Amino acid sequence: MLSRRTLMGALGVSMALATTPAAFAADEVYIPLVSKGFQHQFWQAVKAGADQAAEEFGVRITFEGPDNETMVDRQIDMLAAALANKPGAIGFAALDSQAAIPLLREAAEAGIPIVAFDSGVDSDIPVTTATTDNVAAAALAADKMAEAIGGAGKVAVVAHDQTSRTGIDRRDGFLDRIASEYPNIEVVSVQYGAGDQLQSTEVAKAILTANPDLNGLFGTNEGSAIGVVNAVREMGSEGVTIIGYDSGKAQTDAIRNGLMTGAITQNPVGIGYETVKAAVAAMEGTELPPIIDTGFYFYDQSNIDNPEIQAVLYD
Amino acid sequence: MTTSPLDASQPVVSRIIAAVAHQRVLAFASLVVLLIGFSIASPNFMQTSNMIAILQATSVNGVLAIAVTLVIITGGIDLSVGTMMTFCAVITGVVLTYAGLPLFLGVIAAVLTGALCGLCSGSFVAKMAIPPFIATLGMMLILKGLSLVISGTRPIYFNDTPGFSEISRGSLIGEVFPALPIPNGVLILFLVAGVAAYILNRTVLGRYCFALGSNEESVRLSGVNTDRWKIAIYALSGAIVGIAGLLIASRLNSAQPALGLGYELEAIAAVVIGGTSLSGGRGSILGSLIGALIMAVLTNGLRVLSVAQEWQTVVTGAIIILAVYADMMRRKKGS
Repeated sequence: MLSRRTLMGALGVSMALATTPAAFAADEVYIPLVSKGFQHQFWQAVKAGADQAAEEFGVRITFEGPDNETMVDRQIDMLAAALANKPGAIGFAALDSQAAIPLLREAAEAGIPIVAFDSGVDSDIPVTTATTDNVAAAALAADKMAEAIGGAGKVAVVAHDQTSRTGIDRRDGFLDRIASEYPNIEVVSVQYGAGDQLQSTEVAKAILTANPDLNGLFGTNEGSAIGVVNAVREMGSEGVTIIGYDSGKAQTDAIRNGLMTGAITQNPVGIGYETVKAAVAAMEGTELPPIIDTGFYFYDQSNIDNPEIQAVLYD
Repeated sequence: MTTSPLDASQPVVSRIIAAVAHQRVLAFASLVVLLIGFSIASPNFMQTSNMIAILQATSVNGVLAIAVTLVIITGGIDLSVGTMMTFCAVITGVVLTYAGLPLFLGVIAAVLTGALCGLCSGSFVAKMAIPPFIATLGMMLILKGLSLVISGTRPIYFNDTPGFSEISRGSLIGEVFPALPIPNGVLILFLVAGVAAYILNRTVLGRYCFALGSNEESVRLSGVNTDRWKIAIYALSGAIVGIAGLLIASRLNSAQPALGLGYELEAIAAVVIGGTSLSGGRGSILGSLIGALIMAVLTNGLRVLSVAQEWQTVVTGAIIILAVYADMMRRKKGS
């Protein structure tokens, strides 16, 4: 029992000691970012952008997100802890567009501006939303697909889901552009693989089996795109153009060795950077546009090593 | 509770040391140490609003921990509490939002669904003699799948039942004492803890709960229908999980069908921090409640101190090992 007491005592003391040097100047501006995730490469890239802006504008940030995108209540606990630290502003990427509204209202009443990032909140509380224009980005994917297959043929889409905003926007952005600009391209199938590599592989194989003369496949996020690559590799299909989305080692490798034609990349670093920048501007009372488009790029073998592209890719 | 140990005079301290023979007091002392440590480390930690946020964060995990404590005392384990909670929330969503029935029926549906799920788990364990780990692992997956099927993989919102979010978010205490807006969810947690502690310590069901965990064979040989009591305990545990389902659905104003995996492990962690033995026969509701509070204080405190998230996880893991090790050392000395 003595050991327990000693241990606990030591813990308390070391905790106090460890944190004392980190005690912050009272006038330093603090901006917590509560994200949808943390350990995924995409979110780490968002964090990198936020860190960059924090240094540039001389503010202190923290970046947190739940272990997976189902833990809505955990995200709300994070938001509550962020509020306790009397932040100057808060960056928030909502997992559920409604669940956090009471806390956001509390923040707004305390005069703390909220900047939404990655996905919006069903409310007028956020002063702005820093996000990718997914419809425009997917339309660019459609243009690149059409260019690669010569403006005619059969294509299919492997999407990550049919309910989330990004899933809907990317699917429709692609389909609408094909329908309006490329009458000779037929979309034979749109299927969903939950963004899971294995599930997307099976979905893509089924599409390839049903359509042996397929010319192109579009995967709407990292997992979907890698699934499509796996399927084409496993089936040994020839002459299928693959357009992907986001990056990650498997996808950039597929582009380098020619299996994948190219992919759309969002600018996660830009999302983080613009969020912090907008938060600082909001604290100063600057008027902000409702949406800050953080940009996107198409990359393929020709430009994958350009510094501009390398800066937004992650492995 | 945070100021008294600071200005405690010597006799009080020695009395505390004497009382430390109880794991509950030990756990409570750790909780106080954590609270004081965090208060010293950050001026923003000890605020009414942050304390309320901690209690709010404890409510769901606390109720789950209480539910799983009952099963663990019988020598079992329940891995399904997380997804069972979600399943109960989804059923409440079906009753209130899809069927448009009145609020009290939604509440009853959640508790009944939980009890029914517990009845199933208990029957698998008692009648079919499937090890609790496997039986509840199966239930965990079945209920996760059913939640997704029934909800069509979409969250069910309770916007048409305005009173529903008051179950967890509203504050009866705040109406009487406006300075102390403790949410109803926390009130419900303490209420559930009180009732569960009463059942465990003052009723036949509670006595059999401990007896089954200590020596099931001798209970059976003395002519007791152990299967029936075991099933009853799993059903009671399930009903409590149903209450957790209500709390989380009310807090999020929605039933999130994909949520739930991982919550069972946090509940079990709270139980063992609170001194309940995983081998059964020994444990307390108060201990689990304190265990859940320790987890919430730790998580919140590290966040308020802006400790990097990867390190928060490391510290939480270390605390669990430390707590259980200290408990084992204490018992070795005691025996």
